[in-house]
Amino acid sequence: MVINNKEALVDLLLKIADDEFIIGHRISEWIGIGPTLEEDITFGSIAQDKVGHSQNMYELVAELTNTSPDTLAFKRPSSEFKSCELVVLPNAGYDKALVRHFLFDHAEFIRFELLMNSSYEKLSHLAKKFRSEIKYHIYHGNTWMKQLSSANEESKGKIQTQINELYPLTLGIFEKTPLESEIISSGYFAGEDELKSRYFAHVNELLTSYGLTYPSIDTNMEVNAGRNGIISAHLTPLISEMREVFDLESGVDW
Amino acid sequence: MKIESLDPRIQRLGLTESEPDAVVLTQEDNFITYEVFHQKKKGSQHIHVGIVHAPNDEMAMLAAKETFGRRGATTSLWIVKSANVVATAAEDEDIFESTPDKLHREAGIYKTREKIEAYQKNNPA
Repeated sequence: MVINNKEALVDLLLKIADDEFIIGHRISEWIGIGPTLEEDITFGSIAQDKVGHSQNMYELVAELTNTSPDTLAFKRPSSEFKSCELVVLPNAGYDKALVRHFLFDHAEFIRFELLMNSSYEKLSHLAKKFRSEIKYHIYHGNTWMKQLSSANEESKGKIQTQINELYPLTLGIFEKTPLESEIISSGYFAGEDELKSRYFAHVNELLTSYGLTYPSIDTNMEVNAGRNGIISAHLTPLISEMREVFDLESGVDW
Repeated sequence: MKIESLDPRIQRLGLTESEPDAVVLTQEDNFITYEVFHQKKKGSQHIHVGIVHAPNDEMAMLAAKETFGRRGATTSLWIVKSANVVATAAEDEDIFESTPDKLHREAGIYKTREKIEAYQKNNPA
């Protein structure tokens, strides 16, 4: 396969992979302490899916840059990670975990839907492969959101508070890098603006249908943060924690 | 009266049935138990695989999917509230006891039928 713009392709793949890797880890922090046994199994399984997605994406990057997925995940300095703030944010209560999951996964679903048309065949192939999993993830997020926003005033209030806090951070998902125009012109991805407009139209409609409100923010605002090397204060401690076991015996075959 | 529990953590608390701050649960405070039936491929029977607990149908289906549908092939799940299952009484178990030498009345025929159908399918006339 001829790759006409490797740098742009790697840039795109890495930011998606890093988001999947980090949110997968954040969700996995709930394993064993989920609110019910069934939900513990479910959320843990979702975490595993996300980390699996990141592994597949890192494999594509590794192939293009002549390295290994483990090197990308466990040896790259945290300053080189491209994850957005929403996924990096530390866990607090389950309300926050669910709202983050709901807000992120709708963007993820639409992103992979757009990537099904990527000119990079290996990427469009993965997008098709992940689709059924992410479809369940958003079904999970939607069902919980609907349930909690209609149960009682306390649960609705908690969800609304988290929406007010996390909704503005979704803008970081759509942060562009200097290679954005090349990513689009090479046909790798339809672009962050396209994703963003579809996202807000869809998510706003859903929130309204649950009887929730969303903060009015300027969705045209350009964010300059995680995707462009301005990393979150929470990222480095998180990455070192994730590497604790890997670093015990560097070079061991996993 | 002291509450007897199989859980040593509860046992150590030495709780009595008339704790002043005890939360009394009524039936509605507990999640509903659902029986889960799993279908492996289109056209085959839904087979009972276990239970989930959830406050309503939607949440029960959500839990059933990941609890019982995440490994191996699944085409469909059914969930039914356990309370809606009509069962024979435990003390009537003996009504199923049959006098000996009535093999012709046992359900083995169904397994044979499956074998015959599989053979016919693989060896079209």
